[in-house]
Amino acid sequence: MSPSELFLLSPEISVALLGGVILLLDLAVKRKGYLAAAALVGLLVPAGFSVGLLIRVGSESTGQLTGVFDTLFIDRFAIYFKFLILAATALVIAASVDYRARLGRFQGEYYGLILFSASGMMLLAAGAELITLFVALELATLPLVALAAFLRDARSTESGLKFLVLSAVSSALLLYGMAFTFGVAGSTWLRDIGQVLSGASQETGAPFGSYALMLGIALMVAGFGFKIASVPFQMWVPDVYEGSPTPVTAYLSVASKAAGFAVLLRVFYVALGSADLRVEWGTLFAVLSVLSMSVGNLVAIAQSNIKRMLAYSTVAHAGYLLVGVAAVARAGPSDSLGPSGVLFYLATYTLTNLTAFFVIIAIVNKTGSEVIEDFAGMGRRAPWLALALAISMVSLIGVPPTGGFIGKVYIFSAAVRHDLAWLALAGVINSVVSVYYYMRVVRALYVLPSASQERVPSSLPLRWALGITAIGTVFLGLLPTHLLRFAQEAARILTS
Amino acid sequence: MIPESAAWVVLGLPLASFLLIALVIRPFFNRYARWAGYVSIAAIAGSFILSLWSLSSTTGLYKALGWPSHSWVKAGPLDFQVGILMDGLTAIMMVVVSGVSLLIQIYSQGYMHGDRGYARYFAYMSLFTASMLGLVMSSNILMMYMFWELVGLCSYLLIGFWFHRPAAAAAAKKAFVVTRLGDFGFLLAILYLFSHQGLFAEKGLNSLLISDILAAAQGGLLGATAVTWLGIGIFAGAAGKSAQFPLHVWLPDAMEGPTPVSALIHAATMVAAGVFLVARMFPLFEETSAVLKLVALVGGGTAVMAATMGMVMFDIKRVIAYSTISQLGYMMLAIGVGAPVVAIFHLFNHAFFKALLFLGAGSVNHATGTFDMRYMGGLRRSMPLTYLTFLLAALSLAGIFPLSGFWSKDEVLAVALGRGGVVGTLVFVLAVAGVFMTAFYIFRALFMTFEGNFRGGVAAEQAGHPLLQAEVLSPQPASHPPGSASSSAERHVHLAESPLVMVLPMVVLAGLGVVSGFIANSPVALRNVPGHWVSRLLSPSFALAEIEKVPFNWPVALGSTALALAGIGLAYLMYGVRRLEPQRVVRRVGPVYRTIYHKYYIDDLYEGVVIRNLLYRGVCGVLDWFDRAVVDGIAEVVGWFGRNVGKAIARLQTGQVQAYGIGMSAGVAAIVLAYLLWGGG
Repeated sequence: MSPSELFLLSPEISVALLGGVILLLDLAVKRKGYLAAAALVGLLVPAGFSVGLLIRVGSESTGQLTGVFDTLFIDRFAIYFKFLILAATALVIAASVDYRARLGRFQGEYYGLILFSASGMMLLAAGAELITLFVALELATLPLVALAAFLRDARSTESGLKFLVLSAVSSALLLYGMAFTFGVAGSTWLRDIGQVLSGASQETGAPFGSYALMLGIALMVAGFGFKIASVPFQMWVPDVYEGSPTPVTAYLSVASKAAGFAVLLRVFYVALGSADLRVEWGTLFAVLSVLSMSVGNLVAIAQSNIKRMLAYSTVAHAGYLLVGVAAVARAGPSDSLGPSGVLFYLATYTLTNLTAFFVIIAIVNKTGSEVIEDFAGMGRRAPWLALALAISMVSLIGVPPTGGFIGKVYIFSAAVRHDLAWLALAGVINSVVSVYYYMRVVRALYVLPSASQERVPSSLPLRWALGITAIGTVFLGLLPTHLLRFAQEAARILTS
Repeated sequence: MIPESAAWVVLGLPLASFLLIALVIRPFFNRYARWAGYVSIAAIAGSFILSLWSLSSTTGLYKALGWPSHSWVKAGPLDFQVGILMDGLTAIMMVVVSGVSLLIQIYSQGYMHGDRGYARYFAYMSLFTASMLGLVMSSNILMMYMFWELVGLCSYLLIGFWFHRPAAAAAAKKAFVVTRLGDFGFLLAILYLFSHQGLFAEKGLNSLLISDILAAAQGGLLGATAVTWLGIGIFAGAAGKSAQFPLHVWLPDAMEGPTPVSALIHAATMVAAGVFLVARMFPLFEETSAVLKLVALVGGGTAVMAATMGMVMFDIKRVIAYSTISQLGYMMLAIGVGAPVVAIFHLFNHAFFKALLFLGAGSVNHATGTFDMRYMGGLRRSMPLTYLTFLLAALSLAGIFPLSGFWSKDEVLAVALGRGGVVGTLVFVLAVAGVFMTAFYIFRALFMTFEGNFRGGVAAEQAGHPLLQAEVLSPQPASHPPGSASSSAERHVHLAESPLVMVLPMVVLAGLGVVSGFIANSPVALRNVPGHWVSRLLSPSFALAEIEKVPFNWPVALGSTALALAGIGLAYLMYGVRRLEPQRVVRRVGPVYRTIYHKYYIDDLYEGVVIRNLLYRGVCGVLDWFDRAVVDGIAEVVGWFGRNVGKAIARLQTGQVQAYGIGMSAGVAAIVLAYLLWGGG
């Protein structure tokens, strides 16, 4: 490995170093507020390196570089996720400022852990080899476990412990699946696996051409399904979301999910993307998609705690996103309509969901209650916060003029294109069902009367972060063209 | 040459003003509501200046500026593009819309002074102006439809601006529902185009871009039948918006809105959108002579029918409203006989003098507190400027040389005569009859309002004073019941000229109404303006083979002027010097008068027969049953299912981490099992 290859890894390295710097600063700085500011400024460095990589990749005819012993892909796909994760990280750090009273004197550790996890997630989107992917996954997950338990009250501790045990289970399943796949293909490099499998004969009559590969795929789906919160691997989600500190929940719901989809798309499109295989896993994801949407939406209806409601909502959205994964061409060379829809949807979902959680942070700080009905009267008490939350709910339903609408249109039209009209129909029906519980929040905000008339305070960084996410949500609904184009270019790497 | 970004700013400025007023000024600074007016006026002034730039850029170019459309959403085969179609037609409409809007908003500052909804009013007006500009600038028919519906929404909001009055709320609803009938046709036409995008794509065209649609229609890509139905659908939308028979019933009721709204939306701009739409799609209509004949006949019929109703109304705003319908009929007629340039020429002349008539009515109302002309009279002395401007506008509307109405109306008559054939002759006769009526009704209004002695204004109306001019057969239901003036503070008689902010825009409009006809489309070249300037500017927009110049037709000009003078003379005899007692004339033609007076019983037909019996008892009854029994039933079952299944699944969420682990493993087992059962090649 040459020193110049360090450049390929520079965003991840700089994020991890930044985490270390924050930990050290924590020792020296008395006013902990500076830590968040330092982290935000520091994040400009990896962002700059990512831009540099984007320029570097642009000059490459294949649009892709491999490096660090061929374990990394540097391409637009990876860089898209680097930006997405960096943005989510920065926004969550800004919004955490309002949570600092409950973090106590451990703010340095808190920000450090978020940054370490971010470096793992970025690596996850770039991994070109199974073992690298596994290590990156653990790097992303373990800090999150600590963060989930960060409050050290009963609920938070329970949440952290459950997350730890269950992610260990999922890691075991994933690793087992990877082992089977390695056994069949004889390689851990995604590209090599792809080449071996596309040449393999299909005469056995077994699914995927061999029972061992079938087992491997089923186990890997379980591992990734855990990460993206898809049914039937979603059971950890409500408990962990409810117990974790709210900024951590927000982070889990967007960044962790995005990284999960990145690795899922990369593994299935690159290593298992041959025409025979993708028909079979396409059907599997279609089924999981319907299950996730339906279960997520139906159970969300029955929730009264807003964080738990959003936990089931994130399961439902994993279902919508899986529509895009399932929308692969049945024959011939695959196109990237589905994956580019997933990429765009993830960006809008990140903005939308962060908006919702940021408002929850501010309001729950004031009222201390996470019950939906206790958001009553916020339309008058906190008009801007209420408006942002309403925008977010509308976007989660998928109504114009919000990014959620464009994302759904794009993903569902990809499904229709690939003869999955029934799946698109299921998605539309589920979207209608979801109106019920999202609108319950809006109803509480604007219709229900409230006893108190006190204003709801919020800090300047949170307001800025909220402004960015809320305006971004609407912006992507009005002018999605540029991001769509970036997403399309990024996804094209997967099928070329 | 104007850059494209500047054209977007034209659209963006009033939109920004709307957002600023609606989101900042009204909720937080409502005490400083005056600023809403300033913001709105400043934004529209900016738009107006940029619109003038657009006009000067398109002048002399004689083709569209050719700005590319921008892909807004592109997903698979769907490619929705937004863009500005900038040509002479667009530019001239932009100038008319922003110019008239500017003047009327200045006027509104006086008229709406002290109203509790002052900021709300200007927010709506800004949104309306933005939408109307968007409508005329759109290069994509779906984008145009969006703005089309937005102006409909603004019209609804502004007619019902004083929503606490039942009449205003009902009128707003009526306008919305009736125009919706026409819009449905327009929407069907768009859906047809949308569903045939594959056909267009083969030729590299986009089925929603206006220029591509017109090219496809002319190039024979769409079959003759398809073009005919598209034309009918589009014309249905236009007829609804431009209040053409049989969808004209909403416009007179729309006078319940504030008078400046009537001037801007229901006279000068929005109602002209229908004419604009048909003109914009003219190359498509040209391919189907049957639909063009329909357009001409509907226009001619509406022109005469509305004019007759205008002759018998007592509410000054209703007289002008029927006049608007009638004049829109003239424009449709012009398009129908194949002269869209003449239609647009008449459109903008009409915009100036008709807006002025409404502003005059508003000014009169400001002084007397009423709109009922039976309680006015003699205002010439106390309101000289209002009188003078109203007189100029009335002369222009009647088509008296050398005012603007003379030039465009004569062109309409000349092209109708030149069209020949049965349809051409018929609509020519209708149009000529309309000339006489127009002159009569507008001077009837003028004499009743400004001549004679003052008859008490709102005070007399409220006191139930016996009607001084009992021309009625049955008491006319007061269309503007007490409380209809702009605000309660103004509901008293105060005979004086209106404040300067109101009079000044009227004077400017009067100036435009005098000169716009002659200068814009002069038969001879002037010093700085070439002859037939509008024809040169607009003909390329309609893909006409040659520049459509209407030569000055002496017999038509002299004949129509004589007819108009006869109409004015009759009005003078009946209402000016009262040589002919109106009551006696009315009695002579009793049944005819009664029919016209009851608006040909069309409203009764719609409300009584069609709505109450056919729709309400018949169709709605069945739908109501279906909705309750089937739809609600399904919804209830689904709702019950959702709530209970959700609870059941939630019960699986035991909180036991062991159970969750088992769940995951079971998931893997289920996947494997499913593959073993159904998978495999």
